[in-house]
Amino acid sequence: MGQRENPPSWAHVGRHAAFPQAAHDDTARFDFLANLNGFLAGALSPQVRHAYEHDVRPAYEKEHGQAPENRHQVRRAMAGNPTFALWSALRRASMEMRQQAGRSLVLHQLDALIKASAALNADSPRLLLDPSVQVPRYASAVDIHCMPGGYHTELMENDVSAAANYDCGIFATTGGMLGRFNDGGGQALVKWLREAHPNFAPRRVLDIGCTIGHNIVPMALAFPDAEVIAVDVAAPMLRYGHARARALGANNITFRQANGESLDYPDGHFDLITTAMFWHETSAVAMPRMLREIRRLLADGGLTVHLEQPQYAGMDPYEQFIRDWDAYNNNEPFWSVMHEYDLPKMMASAGFDPTTYFETRMAGVVDREIFPVASSSAEDHGRAALWTAFGARKP
Amino acid sequence: MSGSPPPPPAKLDVLAQANRRAKGKRPWFFNDPDVERVLNITLALAMEHAVTRQRLDALERMLQSKGLLIRAEFDTFALDAEAEAERTRWMKTYIARVLRIVQQSSEAASDDERGAEPAMDDLINQLRGESAE
Repeated sequence: MGQRENPPSWAHVGRHAAFPQAAHDDTARFDFLANLNGFLAGALSPQVRHAYEHDVRPAYEKEHGQAPENRHQVRRAMAGNPTFALWSALRRASMEMRQQAGRSLVLHQLDALIKASAALNADSPRLLLDPSVQVPRYASAVDIHCMPGGYHTELMENDVSAAANYDCGIFATTGGMLGRFNDGGGQALVKWLREAHPNFAPRRVLDIGCTIGHNIVPMALAFPDAEVIAVDVAAPMLRYGHARARALGANNITFRQANGESLDYPDGHFDLITTAMFWHETSAVAMPRMLREIRRLLADGGLTVHLEQPQYAGMDPYEQFIRDWDAYNNNEPFWSVMHEYDLPKMMASAGFDPTTYFETRMAGVVDREIFPVASSSAEDHGRAALWTAFGARKP
Repeated sequence: MSGSPPPPPAKLDVLAQANRRAKGKRPWFFNDPDVERVLNITLALAMEHAVTRQRLDALERMLQSKGLLIRAEFDTFALDAEAEAERTRWMKTYIARVLRIVQQSSEAASDDERGAEPAMDDLINQLRGESAE
C-alpha cells in the first residue's frame, strides 16, 4: 500500500441503478475510513518498518547471529512489537468498521436493492444461477477479507446484500485508486490488451471468479461484439453483477453460477480467459485444476491473462512479511501460499508452452474524474495500483 | 433528520447483521484483549465524531449559502461575560464527565492508602459473621 495524499471523498463513487443510496453520514463514515487507512499507510506503516530495522532485527541478529532470512522469521520476531501491534490493531479495526459501515448502509435498504437488481435482471437469459453449485472450502472456511458471510451468504430470497456491500466499500478501502467504478484492474487489462495485442479482438471471453463483474465490464464494453461469460460460485454476486453490468450498459455478459475448476464448455471455446485478483482466494488444489481447465477451454491462438498482487520472489523478507499481513490478519489464507508460487512452472504444469508465458507489471488506470491533479504527470507515484499480470498464449 | 436510516426489512435483524463478525479466528494484537476492545470502541467513537463534524460543516455551508450565517464570524465571535461563564461551566462539566474514571481512580488510590476500604470478599465474610451472631 503506497502513500497517498488526500483520498477523494466517497461522494465521487460511481453510482448505477443497482447501487445503494447513501445518506450524508454514510459518506462521512467512508471518508473517515479512507483517511484512517491513509494515515495507517502513510504515517504509521513507516514506523513499523523503523521498529523492525532499529529494534527487532538487531535483537534477532544478536540472538541468532544473522538477520531473518524469510518472512516467517520476521513475523515471529515482530510478534509483540508494540508499534506493529498498534498498527495491526488499528488496521484490523478499520477493516471491521468498513464492513459494519457498508453492511449497515446496505441492509437498511435491502428490500429496495433486491427490487432494483430484480428489475434489471428480469427475464434475462444472461443470468444463469444454479443452486446445486457448492461453495468450495477455500471460499467458505473463513469469510474472505473479513466480509461477514463471505461472498456467498444469502440473508433472504434473491439477496444481493453481500455484493452491494462489496461494491460500495471498495472505493473507501482503496482510497479511490481503482476508479469511481472500482474497475481500474479491468481497465488496465483492456489497455494492456490493446497495446500488447492491437490486432486481437476476442470473440468469446471467459472471466473466472468475477464477483460483481467490476473487472470484466470494461472488457465487455471494449469488445461489444464479443460474447462474454463471467462465472462465480456466489449467487448474490452474480445477481448484483448482472444488474450492475446492465445498468452500466454492458449487455454482452452472461453471469453464470459455476465453479471454474470444471466448466461444461467445449474444448477451445474461448479465445480470451481472464481473472482479476482471484488466485489468492483459491487453494493449492483448485488453482492448478483451474489452470488446466483454462488450457483446455482456450482456442488455438487464444490468450489467457491474470491480474494479481505481485509475487514475493525478489522482495526482501520484511516486504514479504508486511504484504503477508492480510493472509494472517484479514482472512486471506491462500494469499501467503499463492504469492510464493513459481508461476511459469505452474503454467507449464497446466500444459501451456513455456515459450508463450509472459509476465508484466500493470498499473491501474487512473480515473481522471477523481484524480484530476495527477492528470498531467506521466506516472502517479503511489496512486496507481500496481499489479503483476501473467499469462500465456496457446499457439 | 435525513441521516436517520429508513425502517429495515421486516424479517431481518439489521443491527445484529450489520455488526456480525467475519467467520475466522480473530487475531488480537495487544497483550490484553480488553485494551484492544477499548481501542475499537474509541475508534468507532472517533468515526462518529468525525461524522458529526462533517454534518456540522455541511450545515454551516448550507446556512452560509442561504445567507443565514457568515462562517468567518465563528472565529471572531465574541462572548459577553455571562455567556463566557456559561460555556466555561459547560466545558468543565463535560471534561469531568468524560474523565470520571480518572477522578474515581485517584479517589480509590487515596482510600486504599488509608486502608479505608476492605476487599469485597472480606466485607462479605464480615457481614456474614455479623448476621450469624
